[in-house]
Amino acid sequence: MNTVFGVPIQALFSQLLVGLINGSFYALLSLGLAVIFGLLNVINFCHGALYMLGALVAWLMLEHFGIGYWGALIIAPIAVGLFGALIERTMIKRIAGLDPLYGLLLTFGLALIIQGVARNYFGVSGEPYEIPPQLTGGRNLGFMFLPNYRAWVVLVSVLLCGSTWYVTERTRLGSYLRAATENPLLVQAFGINVPRMITITYALGVGLAALAGVMAAPIYRVNPLMGADLIIVVFAVVVIGGMGSIFGSILTGFGLGVIEGLTKVYYPEASSTVVFVIMAIVLLLKPAGLFGRTA
Amino acid sequence: MRIASRLLALVCLLPLAALAQEKVVKIGVLNDQSGLYTDLGGPGSVIAAKMAAEEFGNKVAGMPIEIVTADHQNKPDIGSSIATKWIDVDKVDAILDVPNSGVSLAIAKIVADKNKVFIDSGAATSDLTGKACTPNTVHWTYDTWALANGTGKEVVKAGGDTWFFLTADYAFGKALERDTTAVVQANGGKVLGSVLHPLNTPDFSSFLLQAQASKAKIIGLANAGGDTINSIKSASEFGIVQGGQKLAGLLVFISDVHALGLKTAQGLQLTTAFYWDHDDKTRAWSKKFAARHGGKMPTMVQAGVYAGVLHYLKAVQALKSDEDGKAVVDKMKAIPTDDPLFGKGSVRADGRTIHPMYLYEVKKPAESKGPWDYYKLIREIPADQAFRPLSQSDCPLITKK
Repeated sequence: MNTVFGVPIQALFSQLLVGLINGSFYALLSLGLAVIFGLLNVINFCHGALYMLGALVAWLMLEHFGIGYWGALIIAPIAVGLFGALIERTMIKRIAGLDPLYGLLLTFGLALIIQGVARNYFGVSGEPYEIPPQLTGGRNLGFMFLPNYRAWVVLVSVLLCGSTWYVTERTRLGSYLRAATENPLLVQAFGINVPRMITITYALGVGLAALAGVMAAPIYRVNPLMGADLIIVVFAVVVIGGMGSIFGSILTGFGLGVIEGLTKVYYPEASSTVVFVIMAIVLLLKPAGLFGRTA
Repeated sequence: MRIASRLLALVCLLPLAALAQEKVVKIGVLNDQSGLYTDLGGPGSVIAAKMAAEEFGNKVAGMPIEIVTADHQNKPDIGSSIATKWIDVDKVDAILDVPNSGVSLAIAKIVADKNKVFIDSGAATSDLTGKACTPNTVHWTYDTWALANGTGKEVVKAGGDTWFFLTADYAFGKALERDTTAVVQANGGKVLGSVLHPLNTPDFSSFLLQAQASKAKIIGLANAGGDTINSIKSASEFGIVQGGQKLAGLLVFISDVHALGLKTAQGLQLTTAFYWDHDDKTRAWSKKFAARHGGKMPTMVQAGVYAGVLHYLKAVQALKSDEDGKAVVDKMKAIPTDDPLFGKGSVRADGRTIHPMYLYEVKKPAESKGPWDYYKLIREIPADQAFRPLSQSDCPLITKK
């Protein structure tokens, strides 16, 4: 059998695919972060907590109202998005224009509170959440068994990333948003309600996180620490891709998922650190990130 | 005037009363209160310790019992500094629970240096009563040798003679893999390979695909808590079991099964020291426990903390003192153990508590009659076969003799 550095090619293909699947979550989460940072200049540290909240809302809806996965996929992001709008209106707005450090501290505090409350009520082992019946099972690709649900995750992730990029870069709404970050006063003078646009942007970014949470629920269990485990990696993804660069975070998200997957084959002990090694190297060579604009 | 003089007399007596009360039996429950091992020990272990103290009326040999608690965050350095402060400053007499083998090995040494008492329930490594044993350590509930001997042996006997391990990359996972490998080989099986994964890994699909490629009949999960849950969940998703390979969860707690749900966990075989629905006594105690712990049934770790505190207090009562840690542990070894959860047994010279272990299988959803009705008994492993025999011990306390 053909091998690459001692690993059969078939096994390598399957690891690449698995890496791509994990990369989908990195891309979805870092996308929301990039949108929020790009337009609000806020380093949204509670992104992981809101991702967890999305999964938790999905679980609660199933437990208490009997609303299943498909309903949750729509309702949970909206509910968490509204919660995000509330956070933006009542708290983040007050520190707009200050050093980004304030935003970081505020959202970090929020993350600790949300996680602490969830842990207090639900413990850390998490609650089971079943894969929807339409997406159970899987298909044999010859070199590996691909669960249908994972394929669905990649599909949704690619579609969402693509459309978010399109909206911000190619539509009139996106151009308003971009203009508002460059010079909010001038844009407001054209009769555009900038504060409302900022709230909507934040809610949208948060909604994306919640959507990723719902999609992760059947894979990772619904567990109060699920966001905390992921958020540091996602931040590394955003930094590598270049803060605020939407295209950068999408590409880096998928790319790092694949690199991490390969590390799990060649040197599994390092799989939880490889992302940070890459981050250090990128920061040394290109401080603004791979796709970032130097300010 | 008369009242005033009486008050004065009372005030004069106060320091005496304070002096007499100065000695407190202080028990510290040190475990993971916020991370991936919270649900198997955590606040539940504290409740279990309190329940044991309450049975003594919160007083032993005239001294009040106080329970303190802290979070070691699964970090040996944090655990060590808490233990040192507890003993030196807060005058803690005994440290209980301490899951996470890495942390527990560090604590065992500190407690021995300071001559206090260490009763471990949560940690797995058999080194605590092996090469790292001390005269001050008692290891109550289970260990890696017992787990390997239970699940490992049973699986090989049932025809699972080729193994691949997914191993948590720290003291515990390596000890569990080592002890299970020994059992597998002793019973004529073969280990085809293993992969070390970082603690607290969210996604196991890569590792499982490697296990799948090894073509081993059995994939041994030498990990615990959230890591075990995630491994089993990914395995069911990637059709590992349908593909003809079997999972052997070497350390599975009831809190893990609860999180997985019966649909995913069914058929899994596991070795445990305690199951709440074992007999009338365990049921009665567990229901009292659940009433105070949000309806959650106790894990074997929490049961072990209860029984450990109970036995410790008996020893203190017999000695009428908790000052000399080694003397207390010697007393614990001298008097037989007897509690509603683990039955009659003993603490061996190397610090190992001897009691039966049980091999259970997780029920199918249809077999379960209600919440927390999860296990059916396959076999009881008698106390004299459940743990590593002293003849194989590498504990200096034993080999020196």
